[in-house]
Amino acid sequence: MILARLVPAGVVGLILFFLAFPIVVVTVVSFSEATYLTFPPPAFGFRWYETYFSNPDWLNPTWVSLWVAAAVVVLATFLGTLAALGIARLPKAMRIFATGLILSPLIVPGIVVAIGIYYAYSHYGLVGTPIAMVLAHTCLAVPFVVTSVTASLSGIDPRLEQASLSLGATPGATFWQVTLPLIRPGVLVGALFAFITSFDELIVALFISGTGAVTLPRRMWDDLRFQIDPTIAAVSTLTIVLTVTLMGAAHLLRKRSQA
Amino acid sequence: MGEAGMNDAGRGASVTLADLEKRYDRVNAVDGVSLDILSGEFLTLLGPSGSGKTSTLMMIAGFETPTAGDIAIDGTSVVAMPPYRRNIGMVFQNYALFPHLTVDENIGFPLKQRGVPKAERAKLVAEALELVHLPGYGERYPRQLSGGQQQRVAVARAVVFKPRLLLMDEPLGALDKQLRENLQLEMRRLHSDLGITFIYVTHDQEEALTMSDRIAVMNDGKVAQVGSPEDLYDRPSDRFVAGFIGESNFLPAIVRGMEDDVVIAECDGALIRAMCPGRPASGDKVTLTTRPERLRFADSAWNATTPQNRLSVTVTEAVFAGERCRYMLQAGDGTSMVLKEPSSAAIRRRAIGERAEISWSVADTILV
Repeated sequence: MILARLVPAGVVGLILFFLAFPIVVVTVVSFSEATYLTFPPPAFGFRWYETYFSNPDWLNPTWVSLWVAAAVVVLATFLGTLAALGIARLPKAMRIFATGLILSPLIVPGIVVAIGIYYAYSHYGLVGTPIAMVLAHTCLAVPFVVTSVTASLSGIDPRLEQASLSLGATPGATFWQVTLPLIRPGVLVGALFAFITSFDELIVALFISGTGAVTLPRRMWDDLRFQIDPTIAAVSTLTIVLTVTLMGAAHLLRKRSQA
Repeated sequence: MGEAGMNDAGRGASVTLADLEKRYDRVNAVDGVSLDILSGEFLTLLGPSGSGKTSTLMMIAGFETPTAGDIAIDGTSVVAMPPYRRNIGMVFQNYALFPHLTVDENIGFPLKQRGVPKAERAKLVAEALELVHLPGYGERYPRQLSGGQQQRVAVARAVVFKPRLLLMDEPLGALDKQLRENLQLEMRRLHSDLGITFIYVTHDQEEALTMSDRIAVMNDGKVAQVGSPEDLYDRPSDRFVAGFIGESNFLPAIVRGMEDDVVIAECDGALIRAMCPGRPASGDKVTLTTRPERLRFADSAWNATTPQNRLSVTVTEAVFAGERCRYMLQAGDGTSMVLKEPSSAAIRRRAIGERAEISWSVADTILV
C-alpha cells in the first residue's frame, strides 16, 4: 500500500528535480568564490555579482535589453490590444485567418523567422540598431498580447457594451469606461509576456543585434563562446529572479481577473 | 413616489412600429410587424423563442437595424439614430450590471454620460435606490448581491435618467418562481409610479397576463393578436394564440348555419354554438375552442350558466390536484378534451370509463 503511493511520488520527484536542476546549479554556482565554473563550489560569496555590477561590458547590454523590452511592451501592448478588439468584431472565417496571421511568428520555427527578419532588415540597413531589435521583438510579442486580450474579451458579456450604449455612453465612452477596465487584467498580462519575450530573446538577437545593439542574452552567448567566467551564472540568476517575479505577477493578475 | 394613478400622458413615449422587418441571411426573424404602443402603456411582446419578440425589442433599442419598415418614437423616426442617442431605458436578461463598478456607480453611469454634476447625481442615485427598495446598498459590487437585488439595481439604472420609454428583455427569467411573482407586482407598481411606457418581452404567458395592459402575441416573426389579457384569453383570434395562452380544447366541427354572430356547427353529432366574428359558409370544416375550466359536467352542482352547449363523452383519466380535479375526456369521434372542475368534498368524483354529459356556455366557445 505504502509502496504503491511512494513509487509515483518518487517518479514525480525525480522529474521535478530533473526540470529544476539546471536552475539550482546556476544559482548555486553564482554564489561561488572560485574563479572558474565548478560544482559544487569550494566557498560562497558575492564576488561575481560585484563583477557584474562594476563591468560596463555587462551593464551596457543590460540597459539595451531593458530599453528594448520597455519599448516592445509599449508597442506590442498597444498594437496587440487593438488587434484583439478588431479580431473579435470580424466574421468567423476572417477571424481565424487574421488570428493565424498574427500568431505566425510563434508557429514558424524561430530560426526561420530570424533569417527572414535578417534579410528584410539588412535590406533597409537596420541590422545592428536598437530600432531593429524593438521592431523584431514587437513582432514576436504581439501574439502574446493578442492571445491574452482575446481571452479577456471572450469572458465579457456582449450585453455590457449594449447596456452602456443604451445608458447614453458613446462608443468611445463605452470603450474607456466599460470595455477597457474589464479587459485590463488581460492587457497587463499581455504586457508582462511582451516584456519577458523581448528580454529573454536570443535567436533574432544573434542575427540582427550586430555590434550596435548587443542585448543581455546576446552578451551571455558571446561570453560562453569566448570564455568561461562565473559572472554568467550571476547574470543568469538575476534574469531568473526577474522572469519569475514577472511570471508570478502575471499569474496573480490572471487569478484576480477570474475571481 | 406614491403618486399612484398619475398616468399622465405626457410622461410616456408613444411607439409606432410600421411594417417592421428583420432578415438574417434568408430567415425573416421579424416579418412585417405593425404595432401602435400608446403613451404610458404596459405592452408585452409574448411569444415562444424564435418568434421575433427579442429582435423587435433590439430594433427599438437600436442594437439591430431593421431590414425594412420604420420605428417612430413620439412620431419621430429613430431608425437612423444610434442607441446612445435614443434615451431609452433598458433592462437586460441577465441584468448586464457593470461588474467593475459599485451599485452607486452603476446607477450613476447614465447620469455621468449626460454630464449631471456629482452632487445632483448622488441625490438621483439615492432616489432611484429607494424606488427599488434597496437604500444602503450603494457601496456594494453587483457580485455581492442576490439575483433579485441585481435585477432591482438594473431597473434603477434604467430609469434613473428619467427616460420616457423602458424596454425589458425577460428581466425575471433567471429568478425562482416565488421571487418572480413578487417582482411582477413590483413592476406593475413601478409602472404606475413612473407613468412611462413599458415594453416587456417574455415567453411566460402567466407573467404577460398578470402585468400587461395589452399583449402582442408573436409567432414566426408576425403579430398573431394584440389585445388586453382578457381579450386574448376569452377571444383568441387563432389556434396558435388559443394554444399558447392558457390551455385550450380544440373540437373539429362542420358549419351548419349562423344566428346573428353565433355560428352553429356540428361536432360529433351534436350541434354546438360558438362565437364567430366572421361569416363561415355552411359545410366549412372549422375548429372550435374552449377553456378546460369553463367546461362542466351537465349534472354537476357547479353548473348554472345558460345557454348551453352539450356533448357526450367518456372519462379516460381523472387526476385530483388539490384545488381542482382534472379530467381527460373523449368524445365519440375520438376528440380528446380536458375539463377542470373546482374540487369540493360535496361533489362526486368521476371514475375512469364513466360516460358523462358535459356542457358549457356559448360565450366560452370560439371559432378559430
